[in-house]
Amino acid sequence: MFEIKYHKKISEISGPLILIKGVEGAKYLELVEIIVGEKERRLGQVLEVYEDKALVQVFEGTREIDLSETKVRFLGEGIKMPLSRDIVGRIFDGLGRVRDGGPEIIPEIERDINGAPINPYAREYPNEFIQTGISAIDGLNTLVRGQKLPIFSGSGLPHNLLAAQIARQARVLGEEEEFAVVFGAMGITFEEANFFIDSFEKSGALERSVLFLNLADEPAIERIATPRAALTAAEYLAFNLDMHVLVILTDMTNYCEALREISAARKEVPGRRGYPGYLYTDLASIYERCGRIKGKKGSITLMPILTMPEDDKTHPIPDLTGYITEGQIILSRSLQRKKVFPPIDVLPSLSRLRDKGIGKGKTREDHADLANQLFACYAKGKEAEELEVILGEAALTELDKIYLRFAEEFEKRFVSQGEYENRTIEDTLNIGWELLRLIPKEELKRIREEFIQKYLYPKE
Amino acid sequence: MKVGKIYKVSGPLVVCKGLEGSRMYDVCYVGEEKLIGEIIALSGDLTYIQVYEDTAGLGVNDPVFPTYQPLMVELGPGLISSIFDGIQRPLDKIREIAGDFITRGIILPALDREKKWYFKPLIKPPIEVFGGDIIGEVSETSLVIHKIMIPPDIAGELIELKEGEFTVEEPIGKIRVKDKIIDLKLYHKWPVRKERPYQKKLPPKEILSTGQRVVDTFFPIAKGGTACVPGPFGSGKTVIQHQFSKWADAQIVIFIGCGERGNEMTDVLIEFPKLKDPKSGEPLMKRTVLIANTSNMPVAAREASVYTGITIGEYFRDMGYSVTLQADSTSRWAEAMREISGRLEEMPGEEGYPAYLQRRIAEFYERAGRVLALGRPEREGALSVIGSVSPPGGDLGDPVVQATLRVVKVFWSLEDKLAYQRHFPAISWLNSYSLYQQDLIEDLSKKVAPDFIELSKEAMAILEKEAELLEIVRLIGKDTLSVNDRLILEAARIIREDFLHQNAFLEIDTYTSLKKQYEMLKICLYFYERAKKALNENRVTIEDIEKLKVRERIAKMKFIKEEEMEKEFSEIKKEIEECLK
Repeated sequence: MFEIKYHKKISEISGPLILIKGVEGAKYLELVEIIVGEKERRLGQVLEVYEDKALVQVFEGTREIDLSETKVRFLGEGIKMPLSRDIVGRIFDGLGRVRDGGPEIIPEIERDINGAPINPYAREYPNEFIQTGISAIDGLNTLVRGQKLPIFSGSGLPHNLLAAQIARQARVLGEEEEFAVVFGAMGITFEEANFFIDSFEKSGALERSVLFLNLADEPAIERIATPRAALTAAEYLAFNLDMHVLVILTDMTNYCEALREISAARKEVPGRRGYPGYLYTDLASIYERCGRIKGKKGSITLMPILTMPEDDKTHPIPDLTGYITEGQIILSRSLQRKKVFPPIDVLPSLSRLRDKGIGKGKTREDHADLANQLFACYAKGKEAEELEVILGEAALTELDKIYLRFAEEFEKRFVSQGEYENRTIEDTLNIGWELLRLIPKEELKRIREEFIQKYLYPKE
Repeated sequence: MKVGKIYKVSGPLVVCKGLEGSRMYDVCYVGEEKLIGEIIALSGDLTYIQVYEDTAGLGVNDPVFPTYQPLMVELGPGLISSIFDGIQRPLDKIREIAGDFITRGIILPALDREKKWYFKPLIKPPIEVFGGDIIGEVSETSLVIHKIMIPPDIAGELIELKEGEFTVEEPIGKIRVKDKIIDLKLYHKWPVRKERPYQKKLPPKEILSTGQRVVDTFFPIAKGGTACVPGPFGSGKTVIQHQFSKWADAQIVIFIGCGERGNEMTDVLIEFPKLKDPKSGEPLMKRTVLIANTSNMPVAAREASVYTGITIGEYFRDMGYSVTLQADSTSRWAEAMREISGRLEEMPGEEGYPAYLQRRIAEFYERAGRVLALGRPEREGALSVIGSVSPPGGDLGDPVVQATLRVVKVFWSLEDKLAYQRHFPAISWLNSYSLYQQDLIEDLSKKVAPDFIELSKEAMAILEKEAELLEIVRLIGKDTLSVNDRLILEAARIIREDFLHQNAFLEIDTYTSLKKQYEMLKICLYFYERAKKALNENRVTIEDIEKLKVRERIAKMKFIKEEEMEKEFSEIKKEIEECLK
């Protein structure tokens, strides 16, 4: 009978890494099985091979692994994810193994979770408007199909509520198409995970969801694989089964910390704040997997959530994310204090694909001009607010006061809305025009005359 | 043939044994799949190779095949309108072979081997020829006549030259070099890391107009010049780079997407064939070469992509064209260097970047310039290089920004504060600079108007004064300012909102000719002048000026069509005169 070849040649253990000596034919990024004690099986991945040595990261941690008894086996291939239509409605662990106690997936195909880069020539430009029903997003930072738009949040801010609301309400106008939600959780708490599952269940989205859960008390190194497994599932659903997939990944900060742990254990030269120099490339290999492909019906839209340490946007994780993604939705603590929900700070938020997804035939002809004008007015209002704080109200000119009032009303009526309030794009734009009536007409420089005529005081 | 064996694999770095005799920067094929790699260090019997494709699955003792040749690009007809990856593989062909995702081990020639080009000789053999001599031409697209040149390193007697249809591989003629006879083809190869030779470099003297008002009027770049655009994310680097490649007054545009978003390349691929060149009315794609190495493609190829791009740029420069090259973003290139350096376990410099970062960046930008090209007929070509930099957190102290600023002559500083106000292009008028303005005086007074630079300085003085005044306003409020100072605030506001602010996505506003820029600026300053006079003669109050009806017309001047310019501007001028009588 064929004998499975186990090695007992671990020569060094350091943090999540083990060094195996005396191996032949180990391949870079190959999967390794580690037998701890009597029968506990763990998985690892080769990070480096040289001479007869292989450096392996152990996903489930190195606790209880010893140098003399623990056995290892090289599996000859990378991490594969079994895929079929049946993954929809199921829950997997961070490595893509069945977690909900149901039957194993009978694979139609198996795919390496690392995927391959989409040929830029094969991409289709994302330009279909997604209505999330949230004014601050639809009106000003519009999400389009195939976009990667992260939520930059901080601890204690309601990013989960927002993400759940988007997952619940997001739809493309005038179309009924097959859609799915892929949810990848990295190091979040049981409660947070439960909130999402509950919310998906209530809205009936659970049976169209694929969940990958790696909770806070589960092996940290496993998190490295979680977003990749989730995106492999998403790619299959989108490009093999023609579904429109919304991928939510939370929390990317935990993912990056796992990456840093491995980098530190490998004694690599650290980049900023101890994160490895290749953090950008690594994040890109996740984020860039979303998009649309020419000739394919499906699409992958990605919303990663990350908590900014100390609300600092220049921290390497949000910073590098912002350089890769097509914009960002930033949540603000001061709006949260003013009881504005969702507390989206529209000024630093941005959707780079907005202009391709809006306008005549998609949303409404006046959308772009109106959005630019609202931005400009709100920015002026915010400036006036600052001025007021420093110098007092007396120092404001009449115009400043008008802008100040506009900013207040804008936060109250435009940004603020209920957790279950689903506004159509028409509603959103009309609220915008109503607010602009507070501003003298000659100040509206960003809007073309014809739209001012048509929408500022519409003839009913 | 000698075959090496892998000794170590660590990310994109592979170390192998048994390749004695290889030279630095030679290309190797790694593993059974023949992944493309380049030698970046030699030490004893060890050869260090950076691999341009994903290395997953490689193991110790896998074979490595040397080629004993450096990384080369193919230069010949077929470059224009193409999209290549970082090592000049055509992405459209890769898609035909491998499908929507880029798989590994694809080796493809850069230029189409099937396509026939009509070659028209311009000289008659037998004749003595030297490197760089133009021997004939191919009409590659409706915008580009592709000059066929003798490769720079060849000289001899041209003994045969044929007219007719040829593929790039078919001989078009023969040349006798000493006692050997060499076939001439429509293309030749050139190593990417070696600068293409020229007769001599010339100082810059002509403006590279970009149609972007803040750039051309205040911080112009010269043909053959270098510039950098650093800025935090969301400040509009890529939009500016796209605007340059769309509207810059160049005959050839090379756009390198280096470690950036895949969708941005798609955008270019979709937009450029639709956009028309303002001069010829032909699609812009017909003068563009795209190099796409997006952020999720292998990191080592990102390092190569800027060299691939600049070598192609130099080749078109040698034909006597004005070429611009946009690299978006050079930070990703520097990061690729950092990653490879880290894997080589080199001693790091600042922020983990290798100690040779500054040298590499300087060498790259120095390949730009206006030159007298090699060979006959005598001709001048220019290669302008514009690199964007993405500093972490927008911090200009970043080593890549600092290293770049030490070599480039133009600095367009993008500010997120302006971007939040949706003031685009978000180029800060206070921090940016251009060292070419002096060199361009003659050219600008000839092309636009003798007082163009004067006007631009005057407007800048108003903007600088505004910044000072705003400091005061912030401390003690607007009311304390004199009426003249308040007028300066108004004038600055007009310059900012009605001149500097430019919307790249609106049809007319996206491109403004130099002439129209001059007229617009003149209106802004004329308004200021007349208002100042009226104010000082107590004919109007500052509040009146703030409310003038003509202000609306000034604000809409950016939407005036180039053809209707003269009439409209004189009307506005008249209206200003009227209302400030």
